[in-house]
Amino acid sequence: MTYKIDFVNRRKIFFLISVLTILVGIISYAFQGLNLGIDFVSGTRLDFRFEKTIDLEKATKALDELGYDNPNARLGGDTNNILIFRINEKIEKKQVDQITERLKQIFGMTPHVQEQTVDPIIGKEIAQSAFYAMLIASVGIIIYVALRFEYRFAVAAVIALIYDALFIISVFSLLQLEVDLTFVAAILTIVGYSVNDTIVIFDRIRENMEMKKPKTWDELVEVVNSSIGQTLVRSINTVVTVIFGALALSILGGESIRNFSLALLFGLLSGAYSSICIASQIWVGWKWKSMQKERENPRKEPAVSE
Amino acid sequence: MKPRKSKFVLFIVLVVAIFAIIATTSTSILKGITLGLDLQGGFEVLYEAAPGQKVNASILSDASKAINKRINVLGVSEPDISIEGNNRIRVQLAGVKDQKKARELLGKQAELTFRDPTGKKILMNGRDLAEDGAKLEYDQANQPVVSLKLKDAKKFADITSKYISQPIPIYLDDQQLSAPVVQEKITGGTAQITGQRTVEEAQELVELLNAGAVPIKLIEKQSYAVDASLGEKSLQDSVEAGLLAVLAIFIFVIGYYRLPGLIAVITLIAYSYLVLLTFYVLNVTLTLPGIAAFILGIGMAVDANIITNERIKEEIRVGRSIPAAVRAGSKRSFLTIFDANITTVIAAVVLFIFGSAGVKGFSVSLIAGILVSFVTAIGLSRLLMHLLVRSNMVKRPALFCVREDEISDL
Repeated sequence: MTYKIDFVNRRKIFFLISVLTILVGIISYAFQGLNLGIDFVSGTRLDFRFEKTIDLEKATKALDELGYDNPNARLGGDTNNILIFRINEKIEKKQVDQITERLKQIFGMTPHVQEQTVDPIIGKEIAQSAFYAMLIASVGIIIYVALRFEYRFAVAAVIALIYDALFIISVFSLLQLEVDLTFVAAILTIVGYSVNDTIVIFDRIRENMEMKKPKTWDELVEVVNSSIGQTLVRSINTVVTVIFGALALSILGGESIRNFSLALLFGLLSGAYSSICIASQIWVGWKWKSMQKERENPRKEPAVSE
Repeated sequence: MKPRKSKFVLFIVLVVAIFAIIATTSTSILKGITLGLDLQGGFEVLYEAAPGQKVNASILSDASKAINKRINVLGVSEPDISIEGNNRIRVQLAGVKDQKKARELLGKQAELTFRDPTGKKILMNGRDLAEDGAKLEYDQANQPVVSLKLKDAKKFADITSKYISQPIPIYLDDQQLSAPVVQEKITGGTAQITGQRTVEEAQELVELLNAGAVPIKLIEKQSYAVDASLGEKSLQDSVEAGLLAVLAIFIFVIGYYRLPGLIAVITLIAYSYLVLLTFYVLNVTLTLPGIAAFILGIGMAVDANIITNERIKEEIRVGRSIPAAVRAGSKRSFLTIFDANITTVIAAVVLFIFGSAGVKGFSVSLIAGILVSFVTAIGLSRLLMHLLVRSNMVKRPALFCVREDEISDL
């Protein structure tokens, strides 16, 4: 079945939604920023895993007594059996042993400890290098798509890609989910996927353009709508399969990859959305303008540059 | 058209062969994949050269060699020491038991110096020590001492003759170990460090000295330590999640696409196997996010199958025969998949060239995933599909999940 939905004539709504989501993200970012994890804030993160559920209040009290007055402690794990907290300075192994001993006394269980001490410069460097690499990658994508398709497709695809990256950052800021280095990896995955998704639709638009050779706005709209419709089942199904993975990982995969899976899940939904509602819509408006110009000035440019 | 059994038999043989290879080799491949510290426990330290020293590639390389020798002292089987950037060394020790001791041992520069009585001028240093020149011995009072054998006996003789009846203190880094007073000129090229409290302490000093000094002062920038049992639990959890996710994906794909779905599942199994094989061959360390990316990658690898299958369905709907639809569908979807994947490869290659170490590892698995899915989702599934179709045993559009009433006449 091919869905007949008029996407193009709703494009103003899509642009509004897109701008609004990013605005909400920017506002959230301005007011509460990102919940930066250990990779970006200097200090030590300690995870204590117990056999059974523990009482957070007792744990914070114990930490308080040991002199870690604002321990930022929280519980994690399937049964609230992991105590996670961060100390804003590097601490010695001796101190870790001391905390472990105290917790053992209180809860009567020997915890398994994970300790991570970080200099935020390293995390910042990685995020920074990933950011620059992403900029260069965007240029690479523009060049390839401009050569294989046309430059309008290229620019539209990259705008959708940037939207996806901003969208995940917005969601993480809004929900105050912890951002660590795996978050950077998640954004990189999404960027790859987003382009992939956009190109599949663009490829169909290109094919239908060659077949139908639209001359009027309505014909052009029809080409874009039917191209999106023809690829819609695929877009949905691909998202569904990845959602299976992301859901299973978020629920069963344990504390440390939950946020990574969530980032991928949001990014994927955003990727599917932006291909249809941003990239294709930017292209159709732009294409129409150049088609009009071409009619006024016919020798300047061929109809489909390919 | 008569059924051509030979094609069908070939199809079955191929599928059986794929599963046989996977069944017989996957255990040893899985065992051979290096697990990250987050999955097997251990600890990791990132050192950076303290500012204000001369650092270059060869000094860093010497430093990592010295660290490597010290780790051997710890008895850790496979230390992973890598130089990062132009002033950092990352040390990863999987399954180390005494993390505290390891850290003490690794963090020291362990530069041995013999100094003049004021303690300021350096007369000799660790490089003047003969190979394996440090030894644990006992003095008359049965106290442990560390005896040193020097490369150049004459140099030591000259020094000792100059400082007779004066102390020439021996330092390890900035810490004075002992300050023996020179009784007479020493010609034998040997010296002793006294004042070790226990045999263990003396033994550790011997090992440090024999491993050689790290030529630069390093500071601990970042560290990460995981209990082995915690790692095991993470591995178990993520593998369970992965199996469940894969099962759900398989059921969905077969339910939605029927016969092509079944073929997609076979190729996805081959895909998973080949990606793991690539990890094994390229010695990629599998970390927790790596497993997550791998599982989600399976979801994304289905994409190529989905694109092709949707295309085949379209072709059947416009009234083509099944063999014609399969041929046209595969052909038309190829360029789509190619263009879509090439752009991702471009992004991944750029990340590899310009990204830092962690990003590089990530882009390698991204590229590996795409290339492998090219082989399986396009190559293998086409081959299997064509064999089935050409056997003329697949005739009903329902096998492709297309209803008869959806098919328009040409």
